[in-house]
Amino acid sequence: MKRLFPILSGLTAILLAYALYLALVVAPTDAQQGEVYRIIYYHVPSAWTAFLLFFINFIASIQYLVSKKASTQAAAKWVVLGIGVVGAVACLLPQVQTLLPAGMRPSAVATTVLLIPLFYFLIGWLFPGDRLDVLAVTTAEVGVVFCTIVLVTGPIWARPVWGIWWAPGDIRLTSTLVLWLIYVSYLVLRRFSNSAQTQMLAAALAVFGALDVPLVYFSIWFFRTQHPQPVIGGGGSMDPRMLHVLLISWMAFLCFAFLVCWSRFRLELLHREVEDAHALESLAGEGVAAKTSLPLNRSPR
Amino acid sequence: MNAIKFLFAAYIATWVIHGVYLGSLVRRFGRLRRELKEVGKGK
Repeated sequence: MKRLFPILSGLTAILLAYALYLALVVAPTDAQQGEVYRIIYYHVPSAWTAFLLFFINFIASIQYLVSKKASTQAAAKWVVLGIGVVGAVACLLPQVQTLLPAGMRPSAVATTVLLIPLFYFLIGWLFPGDRLDVLAVTTAEVGVVFCTIVLVTGPIWARPVWGIWWAPGDIRLTSTLVLWLIYVSYLVLRRFSNSAQTQMLAAALAVFGALDVPLVYFSIWFFRTQHPQPVIGGGGSMDPRMLHVLLISWMAFLCFAFLVCWSRFRLELLHREVEDAHALESLAGEGVAAKTSLPLNRSPR
Repeated sequence: MNAIKFLFAAYIATWVIHGVYLGSLVRRFGRLRRELKEVGKGK
């Protein structure tokens, strides 16, 4: 296990370097935007990675909330299974397909819906008990880092293309900023609250925060926005060579995010170990104090 | 040519953000390991 991390780090570094080479050298130049469009190879994979991490945080938070009561846990399993099956089947019905916005592929929606039970059971199996909470804080923090990159690279890209850094009132941009603020508040809550209920409160906040993710993603279809259409599962189109580079770049960022999450997960476990050690130390100290003070408290015979 | 500056700015900003975050992870690891050692010594 100790050797695995450096090996994977090396492979990820090679993949990131290869993705950078493809993005800067191999990918064709865009006819309209010129070279600056290459920001897409960092901006979009970072957004997808952030969404995925917030989605994992959402699932882990739900699992953590329901894990406190066996009956709720059993009911939640059936609800999640129902959402997956009903959602996927519904996407195949022509009546439902007509309700989907133009350009949105039913297969993409069905796949996304099926991911909910898949991730739910996988996360519940891989991270039992308090490890769900460790996973939640890990994915929230790393997700915020990737979301920060989206919010920084977006305006840098917008300036030469739109002529402005930020489009005030644009739903896509504003909802992404709100998403970032929700998860920053989640991390602030976890950092500064010492209550015994902090983990439960944070999990509840994460569940509501995750509801902003579909709003960010679907805002392109339902609202007027300057932001272009999505390149996968939506109405946007892209040169296959560009799409190939984009997917490799996303794969590289996913591997990188996995390694960062792994490190952050270990850090959280170490943090809890230190907290437990401090608690034991203070308990032992109290024990000694109680022993030494005992004769003084005894009433004279 | 001017647009290239924005491209490199975006790529550099990405790795600066990742670098700062990884640096904070390393710093926190070091602090917690030191703390754990100190707690161990105190026992």
